[in-house]
Amino acid sequence: MRAARPRRTKGKTMASEAEQGLTFHPMEQFKVRPLFDSALNVTSISNVTLWMGVAVACVIVLFVLGTSKKAVVPGRTQSVAEVAYSFIYKMVVDVAGQDGVRYFPYIFTLFTFILASNFLGLIPGAFTTTSHIAVTAVLAVLVFLFVTILGIVRNGAHFLDLFWVKSAPLALRPILAVIEVISYFVRPVSHSIRLAGNMMAGHAVIKVFAAFAPLILMSAIGYLVTPLAILAIVAVYALEILVAFIQAYVFTILTCVYLKDALHPGH
Amino acid sequence: MELAAAVALGKYIGAGLACMGMGGSAIGVGNVAGNFLSGALRNPSAAGGQTATLFIGIAFAEALGIFSFLVALLLMFAV
Repeated sequence: MRAARPRRTKGKTMASEAEQGLTFHPMEQFKVRPLFDSALNVTSISNVTLWMGVAVACVIVLFVLGTSKKAVVPGRTQSVAEVAYSFIYKMVVDVAGQDGVRYFPYIFTLFTFILASNFLGLIPGAFTTTSHIAVTAVLAVLVFLFVTILGIVRNGAHFLDLFWVKSAPLALRPILAVIEVISYFVRPVSHSIRLAGNMMAGHAVIKVFAAFAPLILMSAIGYLVTPLAILAIVAVYALEILVAFIQAYVFTILTCVYLKDALHPGH
Repeated sequence: MELAAAVALGKYIGAGLACMGMGGSAIGVGNVAGNFLSGALRNPSAAGGQTATLFIGIAFAEALGIFSFLVALLLMFAV
């Protein structure tokens, strides 16, 4: 998303920067920048690529270190790895059923990658890769294609039972079928936008409060506004830590729900 | 120039109006969580197994608020 366009004209921005000291746009943090090339093109390594790589590296390090010792009494790293593994395993069994366990590696990969990206994005100065719809849409469309193809391969024409609600009265079924088809194809949209929107919104709110913080340098009202703004940043940041986990959890559990629909299309 | 000003005005008013959708989603999420809590307090032993359902319900209710947030963002930065 090219959200970080400066809204003001160049001359005015320079002038206001000179008189206010620190101004920035809340969407500036989501700008994709090339790290080495002068301009962004398809092959250039950008900050998105870098932070995705860092997320993957963190996941690999956590699970390689966590499973290398295989101690009976787990240490800290091993407990984190074990808790994460059993948490997602239980979720897959509970939601998608025992035959969904075959697809557990994919779901666990999704969860750990999104969780690592969300948490890394909370480091000040880091880049939140999951705040970009381009990133989350790839994840969501892959999930959508995966469950659709799986449902058709596993159930054949019975997959269409998903749209033909057997428990409803016959007169209502065509209307429900239209609604079900629409809701099925909106899934990848809502799936991706939920994650990207949540991450983007929280980080933008932090930046909006951060823009109020230097007011103390400019006017007397800053003595009132600045402490409130800093407290608000702390509060929103704490909420964001929660949201980072919950959104990874929600993305994963919805993947499990879609997987359940593909495995057992009857309502 | 007049037209550009009118477009900018409409953009900002539209973005503000789109944010009202978030209020609706806030009511929805509150309903889901509040009803879960009232149910959970009546039968605490059954509550633990329903947290996944709770989060799915919250996620569905919240998605629509995020949609309106997205409309506001599109109006501000993409249109």
